Amino acid sequence: MKSSYREALRAGIRDAMQRDPGVFLMGEDVGIYGGSFAVSLGLLEEFGPERIRDTPLSESGFVGAGIGAALGGMRPIVEIMTVNFSLLALDQIVNNAASLLHMSGGQFHVPLVIRMTTGAGRQLGAQHSHSLEGWYAHIPGLRILVPATLEDARGMLWTALEDPDPVLIFEHGSLYNVAGELDDNAGPVDIDTAAIRRPGSDISLITYGGTLPAVLDAAEQLAGEGIDAEVLDLRTLRPLDEATILASVTRTHRAVVVDEGWRSGSISAEISARITENAFYDLDAPVGRVCSAEVPIPYSKHMELAALPSVEQIMAAAREAAGARG
Amino acid sequence: MTDPMSATRSPLDPEHGRHLLLQMLRVRQLEEKCVELYSAVKIRGFLHVYIGEEAVAAGVLETLSPDDAVVATYREHGHALLRGVAAGAILAEMYGYAEGCCRGRGGSMHLFDAATHFYGGNAIVAGGLPLAVGLALADKMAGRSNVTVCFFGEGAVAEGEFHESLNLAALWQLPVLFCCENNLYAMGTALGRSESQTDIALKAAGYEISAWAVDGMDVLAVEEAARRAVDAVRSGGGPHFLELRTYRFRAHSMFDPERYREKAEVVRWQERDPITLLRSSMEAAGQLAEEDWAQLQADAEAEISAAVDFAEAGTLEPVEELTRFVYSERSAP
Ligand SMILES: Cc1ncc(C[n+]2csc(CCOP(=O)(O)OP(=O)(O)O)c2C)c(N)n1
Repeated sequence: MKSSYREALRAGIRDAMQRDPGVFLMGEDVGIYGGSFAVSLGLLEEFGPERIRDTPLSESGFVGAGIGAALGGMRPIVEIMTVNFSLLALDQIVNNAASLLHMSGGQFHVPLVIRMTTGAGRQLGAQHSHSLEGWYAHIPGLRILVPATLEDARGMLWTALEDPDPVLIFEHGSLYNVAGELDDNAGPVDIDTAAIRRPGSDISLITYGGTLPAVLDAAEQLAGEGIDAEVLDLRTLRPLDEATILASVTRTHRAVVVDEGWRSGSISAEISARITENAFYDLDAPVGRVCSAEVPIPYSKHMELAALPSVEQIMAAAREAAGARG
Repeated sequence: MTDPMSATRSPLDPEHGRHLLLQMLRVRQLEEKCVELYSAVKIRGFLHVYIGEEAVAAGVLETLSPDDAVVATYREHGHALLRGVAAGAILAEMYGYAEGCCRGRGGSMHLFDAATHFYGGNAIVAGGLPLAVGLALADKMAGRSNVTVCFFGEGAVAEGEFHESLNLAALWQLPVLFCCENNLYAMGTALGRSESQTDIALKAAGYEISAWAVDGMDVLAVEEAARRAVDAVRSGGGPHFLELRTYRFRAHSMFDPERYREKAEVVRWQERDPITLLRSSMEAAGQLAEEDWAQLQADAEAEISAAVDFAEAGTLEPVEELTRFVYSERSAP
């Protein structure tokens, strides 16, 4: 069936609500308004205001309430409009959700799922455009999911809800309108492994979420230049599927990490470090990185584009790595 | 709590009435132009217009001195304009051009202007309140008699930063005027669906802050209440709070299908259009002739159309400048 990424997410929420009466969705404008990015449109009519629960503008309050409800045996899905606003709830996410299990000596699980939009590309300026999922991947106790495909948009939620620990799902804003074929029987997917979206033998292009389409595009063009690139979609930023990353790099001997986050202290730095720690002698070139410019994302189109990883930059980094002598 | 003094209204000086009408018309025409330019794909990103709420900014900003500070939200084009930022610089900003008040880096939600002490343009709901408290703290510590005015929507009342800011301002007796623009909806969430206590002035009073609710469609009432509040703040009376009851006539942003309110409700509020209200009462009092009104409209139109020309002639900031201003530029030793 034809589906957009947005519809696939909605199908995942509907499915979870039907499977388990303990599942409910709460967040700002998820009900009457229909969701700030229209993900939950129509669900209020289907499930009612108890389970599609509009909240006031109180990110710290309702994320904390989600943690409490999870402790109390419910299976909440909390929606935060965008990752920038999740910073108002950072205390609850880091100091409570991520820490309670360990701090309580294993007594209290927090089976909470938090969904939020991330990323730039829509001229929304510095307070609505950042990619902070890599930051969250720094926090032990959290699982970080970054669905880039329709199957993952549809299937990651239920698996996340079955996880006894807090899971954050980052939906890149540029993906909502992406449409394609989704199997009628599409359902839950694993949330442990990275996926090879395009096999190749010359170089591993490692990415996730919003930059996957650009990386696939770059890989196609590189094929025309005689560089056969493998494209790896991380799918989960924490815990990282190190085995799949290392297996790919061990085959191709070259790697470029593409990440819309900033370069310094980032998930791309982490991946590069893991490769050099574990596969250094298999490398024929230094690990390359393509990240966003280290600036708050600007409003004007040309400046925003200049700040974000581009297909050209990805190709240039791949060429450089491929050209390096082994 | 309604303003105990709201009954005492001094007679309107026609000159001043016309000035307030012009101020509101300038905002109205700027905003209508913005909507048009958004449809024409000249302006991008999120765009939030202030149509229907003009009396609030016009009435309050009228009472400030040049050294006072203003903090606003993403619905701030009108505040910027009435604070003295040139309409051309505002529009050029929304076009993303270097001639904009933030070089095109901020856009519609992030207008800033140091010359007029306009501290933005904040797109995090309630994010401006702590800033306003700090600006007022600086004024108090430096012994300056400035006032900081902070505008925010009623949606912000649910955020922790609202409560933390009111408490700090009261605790330290800071020279800040909080102006809550209560337009009844935060995106699609009606006030009654987000607050257990919907009397907002009462919440402020809970922090020992003098607070009044004011008819935000009546620019004269707004101005009078703001003048008394600003005078009190400036003379060391500590923080004050105005709840300005108003309504946004348009959608929350350009992406809002308005599923949460009835058309009839919008129409009811439009009958209290702040511009029409003042215009009619002045006409009835014989203070506004047909030609006066035509002249005001023509003046506003001329300004906005010149601003569009200015923006249209704008240029892109060179991409090489992208990493400028992440850190302060220091002159060589
Ligand atoms: C912290 C935070 N949460 C959510 C949003 C998304 N958002 C933007 S405007 C808005 C409604 C705010 O309503 P209100 O404060 O009443 O101001 P109004 O838009 O009515 O002027 C929301 C929910 C945001 N910008 N910041």
